[in-house]
Amino acid sequence: MFALVDCNNFYASCERAFNPSLIGRPVVVLSNNDGCVIARSNEAKEVSISMGAPAYQYQYTFEQRGVAVFSANFSLYGDMSHRVMNILSGYSDEQEIYSIDECFLNLAGINEDLHDYGVKMRKHVLKWTGIPTSVGIAETKTLAKLANRIAKNFPERTQGSYVIDTDEKRIKALKWLPIEDVWGVGRRNAKKLKAIGVNTAYDFSQLDRGWVLRKMTIVGARLLDELNGIACHEMEPVESKQSIATTRTFEREYRLFEEVSERITTFTVISAEKLRKQQTRCNSIIVFIETSRFREPDEKYSNSIVVKLPFATSSTMEIVKGAIEGLKKIYKPEYQYKRAGVVLMDFVREENVQRSFFFNSNPKHASLMSAVDDLNSKFGSQKIRLAVQDTKVWKMKQERISHRYTTDINDILDVNI
Amino acid sequence: MKEKVFRQIEIYPADTSKMLETPFIGDIKAGFPSPAEDFVASAIDLNKVIVKHPSATYFARVNGMSMETDLSEGDLLVIDKSLTPADGKIAVCFVDGEFTVKRIKIEKDKCLLIPSNSDFPIIEVNENNDFLIWGIVSYVIKKV
Repeated sequence: MFALVDCNNFYASCERAFNPSLIGRPVVVLSNNDGCVIARSNEAKEVSISMGAPAYQYQYTFEQRGVAVFSANFSLYGDMSHRVMNILSGYSDEQEIYSIDECFLNLAGINEDLHDYGVKMRKHVLKWTGIPTSVGIAETKTLAKLANRIAKNFPERTQGSYVIDTDEKRIKALKWLPIEDVWGVGRRNAKKLKAIGVNTAYDFSQLDRGWVLRKMTIVGARLLDELNGIACHEMEPVESKQSIATTRTFEREYRLFEEVSERITTFTVISAEKLRKQQTRCNSIIVFIETSRFREPDEKYSNSIVVKLPFATSSTMEIVKGAIEGLKKIYKPEYQYKRAGVVLMDFVREENVQRSFFFNSNPKHASLMSAVDDLNSKFGSQKIRLAVQDTKVWKMKQERISHRYTTDINDILDVNI
Repeated sequence: MKEKVFRQIEIYPADTSKMLETPFIGDIKAGFPSPAEDFVASAIDLNKVIVKHPSATYFARVNGMSMETDLSEGDLLVIDKSLTPADGKIAVCFVDGEFTVKRIKIEKDKCLLIPSNSDFPIIEVNENNDFLIWGIVSYVIKKV
């Protein structure tokens, strides 16, 4: 049996964990630069604030409805996620962290009543972190996902934990779930399926396997099997990332090459640090720049370029050099840039790097970089920078950010007693 | 999802991340060996002493006098949310919209929040209050 444990409205719940007065109040969290709504509490969903809603359009609703609005506080959410996952790892020998707020657990060999086991883990997580979760348990990962949805939708009746362990329960659940909400069915497939009268997961589960295989490839056939209780998706080990992207929308528009190249340099520095952390090197990078999408058509421009590096490297200096070469090729002085990014790709693990006869990463950089990483981790990120980087620490627009309660000693809870 | 239809062969790199450990005697020097060498232990890690449940431990700073002399202004509180509230424990409580720290005494239908400083009143909370025991204080770190 598999369990899917999912945090309820995770970002909003993290804010509430350190500010209980927000319990019962609508809470929304905004994206980087306070652009749009990326997370909502149930109460915020009820006052029909949609996902992705631009914050400036909703000022009035926020005020009228007493909505608590937060800038995304990813250091807090990351740390709370780590705590939740750590607690849940104690409930299974095999855990697959699927995203920041959900994980699969393999429950093979658990001899307790599974519903109670689910209740036990969510109580544990709630007590230790203040984060509410829902637990779905079933024979396959797809059905566990469905069971989780039932637990989330009927918290009173299920105590937040639901097990699909009989055919009767499975069929009832499948009939309840609209086809577009089945895990792995895209919007386009859902539309096509509805056109032929497949409206629920149950309708889909009754289709002929050969037909599904022809129309929706092996992916669809596996989905069919999974819904019928035949496990196709095993637990997947966590792999290191295949690309690392750092992209940002700027606070204001930049025109000068020096300004844009400073941003590109900083994004590369951030990405390269992550690259070294997972002990890989990259062979190529993508650099892209964009004007604001609200500009007039003749003032709009966007371009990207792939830069192939002469050798696999994780040295910030070498990657930055490549990124700036790339930027020179796509930068045009007549535009105002609002957004840019750097993506590192084509990774090779540190220990598998092929030495080339002529070109190699400067071996001296490796020890320099590890010294820089050590110092930055001790004294705060970006304390040691390249000379071309901006001296001021570039500030994202985060007007409503809560404290970094768990990751910064200067930001911990203050209690008046 | 693993799609292997189009792949004829898969090549796996050799795993060289782990080293094969072979016994090694260490530097061989003439002379009398250090008698302390057999007794090397790692240094004391305060984290291990103070933080029993890392996933449930949070920190807070004290602001105010009501818990003198147990807690003083500026003290760092180590809060362990995994601990069960019990009489006499110092708890971080959330009462009617605000955090406070007091010793708790649980009675039938009510809970008493007792300040250590007798200049401050005992607070009684019952079902009419918005009340939550947020966590139990497990250690106090004071600068002296």
